[in-house]
Amino acid sequence: MIRTTGLTKDFTAKSGTVHAVRGIDLEVAPGELVAVLGPNGAGKTTTIRMLTTLTAPTSGTAQVAGADIAREPGTVRRRIGYVGQGNGAGHAQRAVDELVVQGVVYGLDRRDARRRAAELMTQLDLDGLATRKVSDLSGGQRRRLDVALGLVHAPRLLFLDEPSTGLDPHNRANLWEHVLRLRQEHDMTVLLTTHYLDEADAMAERVVVVDDGRVIADDTATALKHTLAGDRVRLAAADPADLPVLAAVVGGVPGARDVAVAGDEVEARVADAPTALPVALAEAAARGVRVVRAEGRQPTLDDVFLSLTGRSLREEGAARAEAPETAEVAA
Amino acid sequence: MTAPTLTETLPARETARSWWGDAWLVMTRELTPTLRDPFSVVFGLVQPLVFLGLFGPLLAGSVGATVPGGDVWAWFVPGILVMTTLFGTSTTGANLLFEMQTGAHERLLVTPLARSAQLVGRAGKEMAPVVAQSLLVVLVMLPFGFAPHPLGVLAGLVLLAVFGVGVGSLSYALAIAVRQQDWMFWAVQQTLLFPLLILSGMLLPLETGPRWMQVAADANPLRYVVDAERALFAGDLASATVAWGAVAAALTAALGLVVGVRTLSRSTR
Ligand SMILES: Nc1ncnc2c1ncn2[C@@H]1O[C@H](COP(=O)(O)OP(=O)(O)OP(=O)(O)O)[C@@H](O)[C@H]1O
Ligand SMILES: [Mg+2]
Repeated sequence: MIRTTGLTKDFTAKSGTVHAVRGIDLEVAPGELVAVLGPNGAGKTTTIRMLTTLTAPTSGTAQVAGADIAREPGTVRRRIGYVGQGNGAGHAQRAVDELVVQGVVYGLDRRDARRRAAELMTQLDLDGLATRKVSDLSGGQRRRLDVALGLVHAPRLLFLDEPSTGLDPHNRANLWEHVLRLRQEHDMTVLLTTHYLDEADAMAERVVVVDDGRVIADDTATALKHTLAGDRVRLAAADPADLPVLAAVVGGVPGARDVAVAGDEVEARVADAPTALPVALAEAAARGVRVVRAEGRQPTLDDVFLSLTGRSLREEGAARAEAPETAEVAA
Repeated sequence: MTAPTLTETLPARETARSWWGDAWLVMTRELTPTLRDPFSVVFGLVQPLVFLGLFGPLLAGSVGATVPGGDVWAWFVPGILVMTTLFGTSTTGANLLFEMQTGAHERLLVTPLARSAQLVGRAGKEMAPVVAQSLLVVLVMLPFGFAPHPLGVLAGLVLLAVFGVGVGSLSYALAIAVRQQDWMFWAVQQTLLFPLLILSGMLLPLETGPRWMQVAADANPLRYVVDAERALFAGDLASATVAWGAVAAALTAALGLVVGVRTLSRSTR
């Protein structure tokens, strides 16, 4: 459905050349749901803009929905849906009018377009807002309208650039329910970007991590977490003098590696945190080490990013405060 | 739920809609908010009348004698109509600037809408009220002894529309070209507007101006449009003046479309 080779985009700004995308090779099979993760400025939007014919690549090629983005942009546009990072609905327009126009653009007659608009408004929780001006909608309502606009023609390939940003949890869930259903009904392929790691984790069978214009990881969320982060345990000793013993204890649990001491804590990667923790605690007690805190943690996609780049995808400032040693790596 | 049945039948739109259909759709989309706001419609229609009511009597008093042909209204009304067109359509890009900042323009660019139709549709949105304003001005002026040639008025409006779409397209191109610094749009628009206006002999006869002004005016396409409108309203339908005006309007439209479409496709490059 998507195949890119060496997709590259340089911008020439006053301050010099910005290498926004540095040679991305990406393949997305029909029916896949792929989440693209990456920090601000990683090049996610630029990549999507190239794939949707909004901006031409500096070099490299891409096939999107069976057509070449440079040679047959018109064909690409007919076959895809796009929800950009900005607000797609005109501010002076009424919500329903924009949906109807969008339907007509894609070849529905006015009557069908109105029916389709009503249906989407219901599904995206916009009932009662049909005749409201777009500028008078709340940020989240506007975002849902944007998504509805991208879904009007039930495209076979849908691009979503941060669709859920600004939505409350209830509406995020609604949005995904709708996207997932459409995807099943129509075998829709979806490429989305998000900053919500849990969302990428739960929704996408495939996660592509982008940093500084490059793909730095591409796999299922489970595989990424397993190979790049793994489960972790952390135990704190009452007496710092016991730390070496505690470290030995932790090092002895199944699958333990990367055992490290930081402050009053011992931290390590283990095969399975929920079973490793009781083993470690029992052994520590047997050796007379008093443990005052214990934590077992399963990895998140943030841990994956951290292990790939040394930086956290969550707020970088917060990560620095929590883990000064990783901040050094980032700097 | 009707969802499955309807979405099943959704067309993949492999064949293009007609270009005119696209342009019409863009124009009506743009016009809808204006039409829903009766105040803005009334205000917009009345504007040229206010101008005419305030400026006309002054003109009659001061330059009435020097106006070619001597009939102030026959000379002045066509000029006002061209001015309304110029003011109206040269702001086409302003609305676009806003939609470029939000993302609505981007959304439409990804649809199968023909790009040149988006350009013409937006210019047409500014042109439609101008045509309505013009008709109103003509109607209101009839009791004051303004008696234009009916066929000339019709031809005059067509000429205005062609010219207006050209100006609108240029304005659209300007908005795209300066999208990073939107203040530039108004700077350029205003800087160009007044010289063009004055050097067209629209409001004051050029015949009394200095020689250099007349030379400059000869290079101003607007001048030929203004002269043609006057000739048409006077019923002088088959004159060379009208032909030159038609050429000027057609050239403006062609230039607008070429520059507009090129700027638009360059912006996605
Ligand atoms: N038109 C432009 N001119 C110059 N630089 C640009 C332009 N558009 C994007 N960039 C730069 O390209 C880089 C990638 O931007 P992009 O918008 O693709 O990031 P992103 O991954 O979508 O980030 P975010 O999560 O903040 O949306 C950034 O450094 C950005 O400043
Ligand atoms: Mg982005």
